[in-house]
Amino acid sequence: MLFEPDHYNEEGEFVVNMGPQHPSTHGVLRLKVWLDGETIKKVEPHLGYIHRSIEKMTESLSYRQFIYVTSRMDYLSAHINNQVCALVVEKALQVEVPARAQAIRVILAELTRISSHLLWFASIGLDLGGVTPFFYAFREREAINSLMDENCGARLTQNFMVPGGIMKDVLPNFQQRVKEVLKQFKDNYHEYDEILTGNVIFQNRLKGVGILTKEDAIAFGCTGPTARASGLNCDIRKLYPYDGYEKLQFDEITSTGGDCWARYEVRMAEMKQSVKIIEQLIDNIPEGEIVGNTKKVIKLPKGEFYQRVETARGELGVYIVSDGGTTPYRCKYRSPNFANLSAIPHIARGHKIGDLISIMATIDLIIPDIDR
Amino acid sequence: MDVKDKMEFPGQVHETPDGGFILSKLDDIINWARSNSLWPLAFGTSCCAIEMMQTVNAKYDWSRFGFEVMRATPRQADLIIVSGTITMKMAPVLKRLYDQMPDPKYVIAMGACTISGGPFFYNTYSVVKGIDHIIPVDVFIPGCPPRPEALLHSMITLQEKIKHETYFKKETK
Repeated sequence: MLFEPDHYNEEGEFVVNMGPQHPSTHGVLRLKVWLDGETIKKVEPHLGYIHRSIEKMTESLSYRQFIYVTSRMDYLSAHINNQVCALVVEKALQVEVPARAQAIRVILAELTRISSHLLWFASIGLDLGGVTPFFYAFREREAINSLMDENCGARLTQNFMVPGGIMKDVLPNFQQRVKEVLKQFKDNYHEYDEILTGNVIFQNRLKGVGILTKEDAIAFGCTGPTARASGLNCDIRKLYPYDGYEKLQFDEITSTGGDCWARYEVRMAEMKQSVKIIEQLIDNIPEGEIVGNTKKVIKLPKGEFYQRVETARGELGVYIVSDGGTTPYRCKYRSPNFANLSAIPHIARGHKIGDLISIMATIDLIIPDIDR
Repeated sequence: MDVKDKMEFPGQVHETPDGGFILSKLDDIINWARSNSLWPLAFGTSCCAIEMMQTVNAKYDWSRFGFEVMRATPRQADLIIVSGTITMKMAPVLKRLYDQMPDPKYVIAMGACTISGGPFFYNTYSVVKGIDHIIPVDVFIPGCPPRPEALLHSMITLQEKIKHETYFKKETK
């Protein structure tokens, strides 16, 4: 199976393997593609090349420890992954999170979302043949990473959450630094539009390619920008608010196109909305405690708990079955990328093989989040 | 830049009216050339790949040291930076990629996962506990993920290692 060579089958179709080592799969996804000439007849994803058994590991980790393994799941939304685990424990224990912790959580989560979308912007340019967007986007990403480094102690996998709040207070210059980062982002945002959005070749690669209808998006369980580009209202921050999102003013970006171009536009507009959210909060961070009242050894009551958040790629849910002990009995993550991946075989059918790159780039998969 | 101005050029450059000549050892010149143009394979499995991408970019800019040509195929690469966890299913693929690279080839193990399994050492059934079980490793970098500075340091360490290799002289024991 692993060393299966590319070949012609009986129907005269060419069966080609894309991945697991391929620069545009953003990791180790393997797509088996059946081709008639250049036209895609069928796509079959093969998973498990980065299956690290995170769910099984969780069963032997305590409720304070299991948060930090999830940083390695969707590493671009590491902070939001930690947030969902902290939230599910808080929900089970019915702990009140202090307002200061909530505000800092949301600011860092939105910064994470911006940096994640920036990496997506960098890689879509790279996948479709432009190198300059890569350097533009990483300039801003580097600023956000430095900010994370100063306050959380890590650049990429922040691990800043504890059940009940955040690990430590932010630095005194936090507000000023965030404003600097946002100013840099806003000053440079027009360059992104100039280099990529207005590019005719780039638009032709995306417009009308890989159309996902609203019905299909619901049927495949797609969430996040992928589904919102098909006109589905699925922003968890609006539908099931958490950590004080209900008090904030922001728009849920939707589009009706459903093609790659709509997904591109939704993500570009979402970055601006994240900036808007941070600007509302940054001058109004309440004073006070940063951690709620939790015991040192956390024991969840017997039962089942579910919590969902909106990561940069869609709805991430964590489902915990507790038997009353210090470790979960069973833990299941509902990851957005797994559901979004399932749409690729459907929407890629009938397109040329070059368009498969556009489709994969705009769906924005993170493979360790699929395999976990 | 002129060759003779490059300080670490191994040997003496003698100028004569009709051109000049270089006095050096062949091993030294080969090592000097090889160590300053390492082409890495674009191979990333998880989080460390993002930090590798940051190292490519303007702030850290590893092209200052001669690494900028990232190759997507192992047949054109000198160096494989294993950035991210290697699982049991991925292990044969990594071995195959390594075998496809032309000699001389080098391996950098980036991150805790590639050294020992890292965060995935205990209680997992699917992670390879260190890639040195599969392929020989030249430089290990600890960290989860390592900082870009650490990656640059490992690259410079690898260059130092290459500069002490011998091709024509038999090693004395």
